[in-house]
Amino acid sequence: MDLIWDGIREALRILGTGDYSLWEITLRSLFISGSAVAISLLIGTALGSVLAFNEFPGRNLAFAVVNTGMGLPPVVVGLLVAIMLWRSGPLGQLNLIYTPLAMIAAQTIIAAPIVTGFTAAALRSLSPRLRSQLYALGASRLQMLWLILWEAKLPLLAAVMAGFGAAVSEIGASIMVGGNLAGETRVLTTAVVLEVSRGEFAPAIALSIVLLALIFAVNLILTTVQQQEQRS
Amino acid sequence: MSQAKLSIRDVRVRRRGVDILHVPHLDVLPGEVLAVIGPNGAGKTTLLMVLALLERPSQGQVLFEGQSVEGQELPLRRRMAVVLQEVLLLRRSVVDNVAMGLALRGVPSRERQKRALHWMERFGIAHLAHRGTRNLSGGEAQRASLARAFALEPEVLLLDEPFNGLDQPTREGLLEELAGVLAETGVTTVFVTHDRDEAARLAHRVAVLLGGRLRQVGPVAEVFAAPVDEEVAAFVGVETMVPARVVGDAGGLARLEVAGHAIEAVSRGPLAADVLVCLRPEDVVLALPDGLSTSSARNRLPGVVTRVVPAGVQVRVTVDCGFPLLAAITRQSLEELGLGVGVRVVASFKATAIHLIPRSGGH
Repeated sequence: MDLIWDGIREALRILGTGDYSLWEITLRSLFISGSAVAISLLIGTALGSVLAFNEFPGRNLAFAVVNTGMGLPPVVVGLLVAIMLWRSGPLGQLNLIYTPLAMIAAQTIIAAPIVTGFTAAALRSLSPRLRSQLYALGASRLQMLWLILWEAKLPLLAAVMAGFGAAVSEIGASIMVGGNLAGETRVLTTAVVLEVSRGEFAPAIALSIVLLALIFAVNLILTTVQQQEQRS
Repeated sequence: MSQAKLSIRDVRVRRRGVDILHVPHLDVLPGEVLAVIGPNGAGKTTLLMVLALLERPSQGQVLFEGQSVEGQELPLRRRMAVVLQEVLLLRRSVVDNVAMGLALRGVPSRERQKRALHWMERFGIAHLAHRGTRNLSGGEAQRASLARAFALEPEVLLLDEPFNGLDQPTREGLLEELAGVLAETGVTTVFVTHDRDEAARLAHRVAVLLGGRLRQVGPVAEVFAAPVDEEVAAFVGVETMVPARVVGDAGGLARLEVAGHAIEAVSRGPLAADVLVCLRPEDVVLALPDGLSTSSARNRLPGVVTRVVPAGVQVRVTVDCGFPLLAAITRQSLEELGLGVGVRVVASFKATAIHLIPRSGGH
């Protein structure tokens, strides 16, 4: 039991002092996962709109692919990105392996299908006649898309929550393509793994508390926005 | 004749290899209200969507003021307004919804609020301006939808069954208001409905659509009185419908002027200046001009038989009294009277047999 209590006491101290580069690592996690979700939002809304609005051969297959993508094992994504970016790989000359950019790429591959799936589902839940109505009101194609996405903003917020949650808490890909380099590619999850492997439970607990708090804060903000929207 | 505002030339809409709409020719004239009537599934909505440039026909052309709409869909849509059957409002305040079309056209905020509020007032929903749209009643939502269309001050207005799903009193009230606004603005209108009475009340001309084909297009009275064939007759229900002017209304008895004839009809409540006189063929009695009339009917109109069509045990006789008047008589009377095309007769009917439909504006 001492292990747990001492660990927690020491973790609280670390939270107060910010030892073990705690805040630097937290900011890096936020930056990498936030970037990945932002890019996923662009890709996901575009792909989701195409899937929701267009009848084309292979549409069901595309939906199945997206749904599979929503549950992609991060390890597999890490492997794929690592192979692509490896020095001798197809994109090796870009020298991106073990950089934050490589981690953003991997987390985007993890989050984008989630945002795509949520977007497609959200848009399909709107009346199919809404598009006609907006065109009838004189909307251009872009105006129509913007109004529709705005109309579906609550489910899209859910997509952002789910995407961020998946990106910030994944570890397999981050370790493989980021390498867990101190001061460069070390993020909350990879730091936890490292500390535990060293038997340093206190910093691992501190990092985990921050990670949980982060996910909780993001969800709290988005939920509050949703609630306010629903009330108005 | 002035140039058509909106026309259709040889349009076909095909779904899964089947023509669900085939209209060789249709002109919507400037300033007219054209009702497209037909049963459910006749292709009315498809026709409206083609006219609204929301559905591209598989074949054929849509013309706006004589010019092909090809490549001009967006600017032309911005000169029209459409009220779809399903009222679709966005999650915004009612006034923002009503102003939406104006916002999409880049009208400045102050101006569009002003115009939106004006039309909301016109349709009696100004008090809902800053409410959300989710708790609106069916009638309120439909009024918002109409205000949204009129706020655009369109050159062409397209309405798809705007009274569908409303309860009777709400429908009556809204019908009345719409008739007033249409007459006042004089906007070119195409109005889709399966309801004969709505068409009779709002429209100048009627187009009957059955099974994706236009079967008859003409003035309301003509189409209802003289359907071109049995199927059209079965849908519109054959009866005489003719525009009349009210010249007097006293003691529940209205004096009307119809094509130069004076007739009397029982009125229920106050009447507009213009009405549509409806008369079922069974209520019309025919006699020869020199014969002794046994009828006590108040209204007696001389005319000439123009058409005799057997229909079961009865015969339908069309008499030209300055307007086509339909009478249903027995085969026996036909033979006794020796009726045939060209024979002069007197048609009589009771004041109580007439059904009056108000028509707003000078049609």
